[in-house]
Amino acid sequence: MDKLHLDRHISRQFNVELEALRTQLLEMGGLVEQQVTDAVASIESGDTALAEKVIVNEDRVDDFEIELDEQATLVLARRQPAASDLRLVLAVIKAVRDLERIGDEAQKVAKMAIALSGEGANRRGATELRHIGASVLTMMNQGLDAFARFDAEAALRVVEADESVDREYKTAIREMVTYMMEDPREISRVMNVLWALRALERIGDHVRNICEHVVYLVRGLDIRHISLDEAEAKILNQ
Amino acid sequence: MNISEHTAQAHADKTVGEPLVKNAKMSMRGVNVFYADKQAIYGVDLDIGRNEVIAMIGPSGCGKSTFLRCLNRMNDTIDICRVEGKLMLENQDIYDPSLDVVPLRARVGMVFQKPNPFPKSIYDNVAYGPRIHGLASRRTELDEIVETSLRKAGLWDEVKDRLHGPGTGLSGGQQQRLCIARTIAVSPEVILMDEPCSALDPIATAKIEELIAELSENYTIAIVTHSMQQAARVSHRTAYFHLGKLIEVNDTEKVFTNPDHDLTEAYITGRFG
Repeated sequence: MDKLHLDRHISRQFNVELEALRTQLLEMGGLVEQQVTDAVASIESGDTALAEKVIVNEDRVDDFEIELDEQATLVLARRQPAASDLRLVLAVIKAVRDLERIGDEAQKVAKMAIALSGEGANRRGATELRHIGASVLTMMNQGLDAFARFDAEAALRVVEADESVDREYKTAIREMVTYMMEDPREISRVMNVLWALRALERIGDHVRNICEHVVYLVRGLDIRHISLDEAEAKILNQ
Repeated sequence: MNISEHTAQAHADKTVGEPLVKNAKMSMRGVNVFYADKQAIYGVDLDIGRNEVIAMIGPSGCGKSTFLRCLNRMNDTIDICRVEGKLMLENQDIYDPSLDVVPLRARVGMVFQKPNPFPKSIYDNVAYGPRIHGLASRRTELDEIVETSLRKAGLWDEVKDRLHGPGTGLSGGQQQRLCIARTIAVSPEVILMDEPCSALDPIATAKIEELIAELSENYTIAIVTHSMQQAARVSHRTAYFHLGKLIEVNDTEKVFTNPDHDLTEAYITGRFG
């Protein structure tokens, strides 16, 4: 499972430090994933208590960010890592940032859940929220799994999934605009749905970033800012 | 055998990466080195580019210093040492039996691990080479060579007021820069450095590394080092040796972020090979 042989250093303490970085990142990922799950559930069900919990737990996400950054800094200072070790530390530093942003977006969704509560399950936009919410949660789950298993191919499939989330998002926006034109009294409410959709779409983008870091970490390839086809070609040609 | 025939010789383990370059200053092909019956280097093909700094890294006993010492025939001083293969400095066959090694070592100078100034004055240390090679006909010319060499070695300002004091009276870092000045004084084309900073403190090391960067504008430099960070900082290309074989040669940037060979990766990240 451990393709990077994190446990093969001559310095056992270095093994421990790198393994701790990875484990802590995955712990943070687990917490953030739960935040997104709860945020999506709260907006679907109108459960304001659950939404409040998401807002409160955001502090724990922030604590993880600070803790992991500090640990990564120490590894850089103490070990001057090279090659795959260096890529791991860099990927962790970058993924932490994306996870923290995902936490922020989950909090936004929870706030919209509170704003939209008491409108019943049949309110406009519910289907779109449920649909995109589910897609983003699957991405999140598979993205963290790809990180845990250092699996570049799985990471690339998540990047692919983000493209379809982006398309779903555009369709949903058009739907929302239609609703607002049909009934201008709904505008402020539909705007809240729009904000939540936007936050979910951004979560997808951050998961995509994390998966790009996984490809960099495992293969040493930078696939940012290129098309999916180009990224696949780059990995195949390696 | 000509140089391409040597390349064509089959090697059991092919070096990964890009050991050969266009515009090579030195070209080595099919190099085998033996100490009596024991083989220390196995079929190394390597080019050193003009004005490049190439770092040779690898665990102790991997053959990197042995290989470096072939490049100006320093191994000639060891009776049981035998070198096979083709080693070229531009169009000059380094192991041509009719070649005089003294002018060769002026073209390919060497700096050693421990600073080894002659027990002479600072001035005479630097002037020694130009004198024996007859590079200066007048005292003023010699003065100029000494000053220029000491300036290039970044030592002039520190020693200009005590040029006739003993070279051995300088600090370790200064002594090493004096040895570099002594090497530069005979206008070499290539400078070989065998762990030039391993006996120096971090400040002296930083000065030498700075010097290497400046010198690379005019000279070709091959450096053997045990410090991976040093190789990463000063070199353009890095060659990794393991058990007498040249495993990988690539741009330094690549070697330290994403090496091609597992053995290179294991070595630079401190893993069991």
